Amino acid sequence: MIDAIAGLGRGAIDTLARLGRGLLFFLRVLPGMPGLLPRPGLVTAQIYSLGVLSLPIILVSGLFVGMVLGLQGYTTLVDFGAEESLGSLVALTLVRELGPVVTALLYAGRAGSSLTAEIGLMKATEQLGGLEMMAVNPHHRVMAPRVLGGMIAVPLLACIFTAVGVLGGYFVGVGLLGVDAGSFWSQMQSSVDLREDVINGVVIKSLAFGVVANAIAVFEGADCVPTSEGVSRATTRGVVNTSLAILGLDFILTALMFGDF
Amino acid sequence: MPLNSQSLADEPLVHIRGLRFERGDRAIFDGLDLDIPRQGVTVILGPSGTGKTTLLKLIGGQLRPQAGTIRVDGQEVTKLRTGALYELRKRMGMLFQSGALFTHLSVFENVAYPLREHTRLPESVLRVVVLMKLQAVGLRGAWNLMPSELSGGMARRVALARAIALDPMMILYDEPFTGQDPISMGVLVRLIRRLNDALGLTSIVVTHDVHEASTIADRMVLISDGKVVEGGSPQAIHESRSPWVRQFMDGLDDGPVPFHYPAPDYAEDLLRGSAP
Repeated sequence: MIDAIAGLGRGAIDTLARLGRGLLFFLRVLPGMPGLLPRPGLVTAQIYSLGVLSLPIILVSGLFVGMVLGLQGYTTLVDFGAEESLGSLVALTLVRELGPVVTALLYAGRAGSSLTAEIGLMKATEQLGGLEMMAVNPHHRVMAPRVLGGMIAVPLLACIFTAVGVLGGYFVGVGLLGVDAGSFWSQMQSSVDLREDVINGVVIKSLAFGVVANAIAVFEGADCVPTSEGVSRATTRGVVNTSLAILGLDFILTALMFGDF
Repeated sequence: MPLNSQSLADEPLVHIRGLRFERGDRAIFDGLDLDIPRQGVTVILGPSGTGKTTLLKLIGGQLRPQAGTIRVDGQEVTKLRTGALYELRKRMGMLFQSGALFTHLSVFENVAYPLREHTRLPESVLRVVVLMKLQAVGLRGAWNLMPSELSGGMARRVALARAIALDPMMILYDEPFTGQDPISMGVLVRLIRRLNDALGLTSIVVTHDVHEASTIADRMVLISDGKVVEGGSPQAIHESRSPWVRQFMDGLDDGPVPFHYPAPDYAEDLLRGSAP
């Protein structure tokens, strides 16, 4: 019994210590970002490898999520004779929730895991130590461009995911199930508010998710045990922690933005 | 107290006193004293796991000791702030055991990396400097290869070219001969000596390859059990009667470094009956 309580306490202390290390790590990375202004190539290279190379999975997933939303929405709305509202349902669901959240989850699996593995392997092969000994701060030269590049890429990917999702919903609703195209677009236009929905949902939420996803991915890589097993564990931990953090943060942000608290 | 230029020149380049460094509950160094004189090759020998690489990291300021002082060129490394430490590191080169080349950059870009970071050389001048460094290690013709296309020995030579890119005062070599075939080893041994003499460097070579170390060392230091157990010229080390030195130099399986890892009594352990 005592052992169980002690184990629980140890686990809580370890978790808090990791959180503290993660925060300190992020505070060491942040000052490196202004230094990237004269060297934009470092950031654009990361936007390419983290963002552009994630496009296929984002495009395909966005299309299918939108198509499923169109199909499910139609079968529910048609019972109430409200299938004309399909455009508004698809758009609000994507803009407020699914766009930023699913994009961030997909990003964590595709790009976040590769970030963790890359940084972990750089640590295991002493490349980070090599930078230190060359008087180059790895937090500024390696971590900061990746975090900043990822922070820029995630909102852009969320916008693309949402747009493709709306097109998928349109294709199923209007193209296959016969919803009126004018109603689809006009309902969407009248119900989606730029500030309330688009800025809050796609922009602010996905920006917050981008910060969290990239900071966790890079931290897990830098904090890993520098062995093949350590890198593998860090990669798994990075994806799991990022996913949980995104879902938890989503609830908090949704409550703040749309809840009546 | 800051040292004036004359007393600085008289002081050893690396001056370590009362060094204590622990990992977990285990003391890697416990009261280690060591001087590395300027301009020469000092070889640090010791059994595996004795903390040779850790010592290099302490000298380079990558690790902080629990106690003791480490002065490098008159500066107390343990007390330097990040900016000052980075300034000092610009005058140090380090050759890692793995080479630590950046795998996404070509040989040329790897050697150019510290120059691009710390200088504003025009591209034409930078190209000349990089080719000169690569020529010094015999790999000018490999400038466009990627690290994955290099053999282990070539990777270390590229790493050596990168380590001397900023014309440092000192180079730290971490196990440079490990895993090398006899030709690559011979090349590295001669390169270390030749570069040291041609560039007027101070070289600190950490290794357990006794024979190769003896051929290039001006001074050899044997560390074991967290302390310096012997130091002197290669000849003095070879002739030493110290049991530590004899066990290491003659490759004896038992001695001051025991063959058996500390364990409970053998008979008791066998008779206990259940798995530990």
